[in-house]
Amino acid sequence: MDNAAANAVDNLAQQVASSLIEDPLLIGIHTGGVWVADILHRKIGFSEELGILDISFYRDDFSRVGLNPQVKASSLPAGIEDRNIILIDDVLYTGRTIRAALNEIFSYGRPASVKLGVLIKRTGRELPIQSDFTGMEMDLGDHQQAKLYRDNGKLGFSIDETGCT
Amino acid sequence: MHANVPVQFDHNGKLRHFLTIQGLSEETLTGILDIAHSFIDFGKREIKKIPLMRGKTVVNLFFEPSTRTRTTFEIAAKRLSADVVNMNATRMSTTKGETILDTVKTIEAMHTDMFVVRDRASGAAQLIASHLPDYVRVINAGDGRHEHPTQAMLDVFTIRQHRQDFSKLRIAIVGDILHSRVARSQIHALNILGTREIRVIGPRTLIPTDIETMGVGYVNNMRDGLENIDVVIMLRIQRERMDGQLIPSEQEYFARYGLTEETLGFAKPDAMVMHPGPINRGLEISSSVADGNRSVILDQVTNGIAVRMSIMAHLMGGQEKSRWT
Repeated sequence: MDNAAANAVDNLAQQVASSLIEDPLLIGIHTGGVWVADILHRKIGFSEELGILDISFYRDDFSRVGLNPQVKASSLPAGIEDRNIILIDDVLYTGRTIRAALNEIFSYGRPASVKLGVLIKRTGRELPIQSDFTGMEMDLGDHQQAKLYRDNGKLGFSIDETGCT
Repeated sequence: MHANVPVQFDHNGKLRHFLTIQGLSEETLTGILDIAHSFIDFGKREIKKIPLMRGKTVVNLFFEPSTRTRTTFEIAAKRLSADVVNMNATRMSTTKGETILDTVKTIEAMHTDMFVVRDRASGAAQLIASHLPDYVRVINAGDGRHEHPTQAMLDVFTIRQHRQDFSKLRIAIVGDILHSRVARSQIHALNILGTREIRVIGPRTLIPTDIETMGVGYVNNMRDGLENIDVVIMLRIQRERMDGQLIPSEQEYFARYGLTEETLGFAKPDAMVMHPGPINRGLEISSSVADGNRSVILDQVTNGIAVRMSIMAHLMGGQEKSRWT
């Protein structure tokens, strides 16, 4: 794991572990969020199976972009009714992914609470959504993209110039 | 008119209408089946709707009666959050094409985004698709004797739920192949997915003379036809065919081509039994087989919703790339 990513994961794990949320249910957002959540899940030692969300069917740009051909079925084995959820994603950018994830969670039922943990909180929010637990913060321009990758089980991230906004 | 249907694709080669299975790639079929698989789970959720087609209007335009197809299309569209209008139109045979196009254009003028069309004329859905603006989508819900592509997709989906690899499967389709749009679509889909062997079984009078050119074999009796078969697909026998010279009598048909516990015994011991419905008990299939533990007939109905959701989603989704985190 590259150092910055490793430190961010430690930082995030520490905040989640010390959050004193009662009987939390950890849910990762496909794909990067699941990688991060998976590490937290093992580090902190949650007994319950990790929940996985694929928010493809809840995206707000479907009519422009279409479907990702590799949609994974979401799996929330424990059920979410009245649970305290900790939602994990890799990068918090516009906030639209989290908006879609909240919509999907509520289609399963009514949780008691939802907190958000992200590995990287970057600039560029388009919705009033903020993280409760944050691995690291980054100041990036519209043309820059922070991208998480996983290599042999180890996380790292790259900053790419997208060339368009 | 039916061959290859270029109108089905846009200039980028993306599927725009769903009119026929013929000419689709294995990748396209598999993509639809994969997404349908993730929709199966939604039927069990507390809230079954997802917002993919929110704000869109779907018109079910049925010039022929239908219960399950129309209902599952309606549920599929509603689960995608579309607004649905059902029109059970009857059209006069004398005016034919003019009436159907006029009807469609009138409804399209009310800003319809998608038509689901069933008509007794082969090529009706394609005719409609070719006369509508680019942004309107058309799904063929059965056109004459030509095709019923969404039925074939839910059938192959149901097979895939139980059997992973089509290249190992021997599949028999039994009954009135000649008049069956379902069989035609099934044969195309099964061939595209690489099915090892497809056999059709039925009286010669109900089999197209050029059936071998579709990549299937013909057998005229159940004993030989069902030997080593993994999946038996029964077709509905239209009772109106009984009057003519095509079938001698109901009793004789059932005795020779009906699927019973006894004839099912000719197939593999774990063979699946399918039927697109509605079934004629005691004409093409016995009740004990239709309701038996090898029948997946009700699974087919359930799967019809997820598969039609997937097809609608494939047609409605855009192509523009956007940045999204």
